[in-house]
Amino acid sequence: MSELVKIENLKVYYPIKSGFFDRVTDNVKAVDDVSLTIETGKTYGLVGESGSGKTTIGKVLVGLENPTSGKISFEGQVVTTIKQKKAINYNKDVQMIFQDSQSSLNPRKTIGDIISEPLRSFGVPGKIGAGYDGQRSFEQDKINARVLELLDIVGLPARTVTQYPFQFSGGQRQRIGVARALATNPKLIVADEPVSALDLSVQAQVLNFMKKIQRDYNISFLFISHDLGVVRYMTDNIAIMHNGRFVEIGTTEDIFDNAKHIFTKRLLSAIPSLDVKKREENRAERKRVEREFVQYKNDYYQQIGSYMRAYDLESISETHFVAIKKGEN
Amino acid sequence: MWQTILRRILIMIPQIILVSILIFMLAQLMPGDPFYGNLNPNSDPATIERLRHAAGLDLPWYQQYFKWIGNVLHGDLGTSYVVNKGWTVTRIIGQRIWPTLSMGIIATILTYFLAITQALVSARNENKWIDRTFIVWNTMTSAVPSFVFYFIMMVLFVYIIPVFPSSGTGIDDTQSFFVNFFSNLRYAFLPALTIALFSTNSIYQYLRSNLLDQQAQDYVRTARAKGVQIKDVFRKHILRNAFLPIASQIGYSITGVLGGAMFAETVFGYPGIGALFVQALSGRDYTVITAVMLLQGILALLGGLLSDIISAWVDPRIRVK
Amino acid sequence: MNEKILDSKNVSVSFRINGELQTALHKISVSIKRGEVLALVGESGSGKSTLAMSIMGLHNAEQTEVTGSITLDGHELIGLTERQFDQYRGVRVGMIFQDPLSSLNPLMKIGEQISEAIVVHDKNAPNLKGHVQRLLTDVGIINPKRVAQQYPHELSGGMRQRVMIAIALSNEPDLIIADEPTTALDATIQAQILDLIKEIQLKKNAGILLITHDLGVVAETADTVAVMYAGQIVEQADVEELFANPKHPYTRSLLRADPSNVSPGEELYAISGTVPALKDMDHSKDLFLQRIPWLSDDVVNATIDEELEVVGDNHFVRGNAWKTFEFLDVTEKGHAK
Ligand SMILES: Nc1ncnc2c1ncn2[C@@H]1O[C@H](COP(=O)(O)OP(=O)(O)OP(=O)(O)O)[C@@H](O)[C@H]1O
Ligand SMILES: Nc1ncnc2c1ncn2[C@@H]1O[C@H](COP(=O)(O)OP(=O)(O)OP(=O)(O)O)[C@@H](O)[C@H]1O
Ligand SMILES: [Mg+2]
Ligand SMILES: [Mg+2]
Repeated sequence: MSELVKIENLKVYYPIKSGFFDRVTDNVKAVDDVSLTIETGKTYGLVGESGSGKTTIGKVLVGLENPTSGKISFEGQVVTTIKQKKAINYNKDVQMIFQDSQSSLNPRKTIGDIISEPLRSFGVPGKIGAGYDGQRSFEQDKINARVLELLDIVGLPARTVTQYPFQFSGGQRQRIGVARALATNPKLIVADEPVSALDLSVQAQVLNFMKKIQRDYNISFLFISHDLGVVRYMTDNIAIMHNGRFVEIGTTEDIFDNAKHIFTKRLLSAIPSLDVKKREENRAERKRVEREFVQYKNDYYQQIGSYMRAYDLESISETHFVAIKKGEN
Repeated sequence: MWQTILRRILIMIPQIILVSILIFMLAQLMPGDPFYGNLNPNSDPATIERLRHAAGLDLPWYQQYFKWIGNVLHGDLGTSYVVNKGWTVTRIIGQRIWPTLSMGIIATILTYFLAITQALVSARNENKWIDRTFIVWNTMTSAVPSFVFYFIMMVLFVYIIPVFPSSGTGIDDTQSFFVNFFSNLRYAFLPALTIALFSTNSIYQYLRSNLLDQQAQDYVRTARAKGVQIKDVFRKHILRNAFLPIASQIGYSITGVLGGAMFAETVFGYPGIGALFVQALSGRDYTVITAVMLLQGILALLGGLLSDIISAWVDPRIRVK
Repeated sequence: MNEKILDSKNVSVSFRINGELQTALHKISVSIKRGEVLALVGESGSGKSTLAMSIMGLHNAEQTEVTGSITLDGHELIGLTERQFDQYRGVRVGMIFQDPLSSLNPLMKIGEQISEAIVVHDKNAPNLKGHVQRLLTDVGIINPKRVAQQYPHELSGGMRQRVMIAIALSNEPDLIIADEPTTALDATIQAQILDLIKEIQLKKNAGILLITHDLGVVAETADTVAVMYAGQIVEQADVEELFANPKHPYTRSLLRADPSNVSPGEELYAISGTVPALKDMDHSKDLFLQRIPWLSDDVVNATIDEELEVVGDNHFVRGNAWKTFEFLDVTEKGHAK
């Protein structure tokens, strides 16, 4: 197994400014000391409370934001800052599918322009696939053909090329974002809620496709999602995030079959079930876990004012780590 | 915020030095002795030589530059020998700058006011006759040279319907500041309004298309779903978002004040810097020309600074950076 | 007080695209009783949001043609002027939009955006600040004071979604339209928000139109489910009945596509092909049948009844194909019953 990306002790703080002169009065610790490793050809799942810093990690990883501290390496090269990333044409290899499909598509550009943009700057690879690094072509014909091919992959018809983003439904726009991210044959795709706007059938198409390119070309994903069903299906490893910190990391089985942290347990209990008859039962179970959470949270968090800070991770097996007070396990 | 401004001002220092060197070079290329115009080229060569030596004009260029810039920093820009023979350039500019600034500010405010109003009316009535009228009007005013309109306005409001005074600035050193202020307003208004009326085109077009774009944004839908009336949606939501990219341009518009004033001041007989520059050019009054160019350079830099401050101030997304 | 808070009959919506009118919704009839949750599920692009926007009167009048009848508590909405509509929007009907991330004004503080929703309908609303902070707390935002002072770009996706929900619920409307209200939320907060929506529903005895792709959410919250495909309703039933006894081939494939039905090694079940373009939709046919490769052309092209067929107590299905074929799996070869 080879490491593709290694993130060490990443911190991202946003200043809170207030008053007339916008003085910095405090920081939002969006990401507070997290480390993770994504292996070639694997999918790393990032799950957690909304606002816990998942998108922020993604943004730092693709180079849309600079970290406050920490270190990122990609194939052994240090790419912590945006500047270091630019220097090695990093975005040819690392792309992002945005949570925010609407505002990430320029309303004045046609879909054809949007998808061909990365192809124009990095060239059209000979064939579709992760990190395929043969000849890249900049011919207009090749670009046009590849755009159509990509649209076909995400299940959109060729006529889409001349249309504008507002003419599409939410799900259709999300697929355009997927097509754009695939265009340059990246080795790593940060997929921030890639399928949450899609209906189940298209979701299935996109997820199948992501798995297929992973199998065929060894592509890696950082997969951010709230849909635990999808996460379970897609990922090899998972980190559970709360308030900017990891509370539990492990393999997908570790997390789903042997959750240890109280936050993880609460999250898992809230997964809606397809069984209509169990509605009340599920609700009661959720209430029970919620009470448990309130009762035992001091074992899992340092209370700093109204802010709950998870303890550092402790190993409970080779792959499984839980944030728990030292000496508790 | 203050840090940003301070940083920008520090960046300006090398820029100003660069601009001054450029202007110095240009002045060097002019025939005669630009910085010491009182050396009349028709004098006897020996006298000139003596004077040149006394003025330091036989020194290498960088020494001359330091000498010149030293003088400039002390407020000594030389003496005019054509426009106001014998006056120091500082004095001339000091006298002329206020009328130009007052007219420039009024013209800028009026331009934005007119352009915003037209764009709002246009966007709210897209493709209706009133929208079309504004489009045609703006296209026309930008296609026809502006001095044509200036003459028409001049003839119309000074001679046919004489509501405005014909020439002068209304400023008199013997009067108090307030008297000057109000009498200048009467003189400045017509040229300012004229400039404004015929220069709305670029702001209007840009703003109109921004307004139409913004109208299609999701947040507009949210506002309407709250039950906010459409006219309030325009006023409170759309206008500010559409205006944002233009707001920064307000800063740059000071840069254009001098240029815009050249024709208008000359046509309306309004003796400001613009008219001064035209006079100086035709009389080859090099000291004055150089001084006005230096002023323009500094204004351009200040405009850039102001633009940055305005955009940081109105856009929260820039502010946090 | 009318028992049906929302009653729509034969609602059709057409968009003017390249100068010609194209039908996105074809004769939709749904109603929602007070206290009821109607879930609307269906293929992306099938017209769910379009229906919601028609109820809010938010379609661009010049580019869109809306016909039929939509009544809210007995009052006809179609044909109202903008000013008349403003009396309903935000007070009687509250809408949570899909795409919550771009639905907030980027230049306005969160607090102002919420208070605007209250002030529009009540100029002298008392204790506005307190009200705004209570709403933010209700939607699970921990630091309401700080968030009220922030701008949208400073919030995470889920936080923005919750702000949108706070706006929609601020005046405790009689009808809540929730278009994918919880897509950006984690499971815990999703459950919390759904509980909150139900709480407000109880308080006002409101009706809810819930649009979602998440069948788990449907199973946990809906009373009735309507399934849409290509601008039409293809099946409607009580929630238990629909999950236990799906009839229409589209409903059946939708249920199959849920990832919880598949183990990680297997491929997810996906329907082949795509929805036809609006201009190619012939609504006198069962349009979904085109996506089933093994059906013969005469079955696919057969003209069917406009009305849905009643197949049980409050259970309606469109077309006839489900009667003659076994739709265990639409992609593999099926067979006649
Ligand atoms: N530009 C910014 N300025 C200030 N604070 C910010 C900024 N961007 C993000 N934050 C804060 O950082 C925290 C983490 O945000 P982030 O978008 O990473 O969350 P997330 O885990 O992706 O949540 P979600 O699941 O809701 O999308 C939040 O508290 C958010 O308010
Ligand atoms: N303003 C518009 N102009 C033209 N076509 C439109 C417009 N709005 C929607 N459409 C089209 O109408 C159809 C229905 O769109 P709608 O947004 O209602 O779908 P949806 O069911 O909400 O899908 P999703 O689940 O992806 O949000 C789509 O084919 C879409 O492309
Ligand atoms: Mg996010
Ligand atoms: Mg929709």
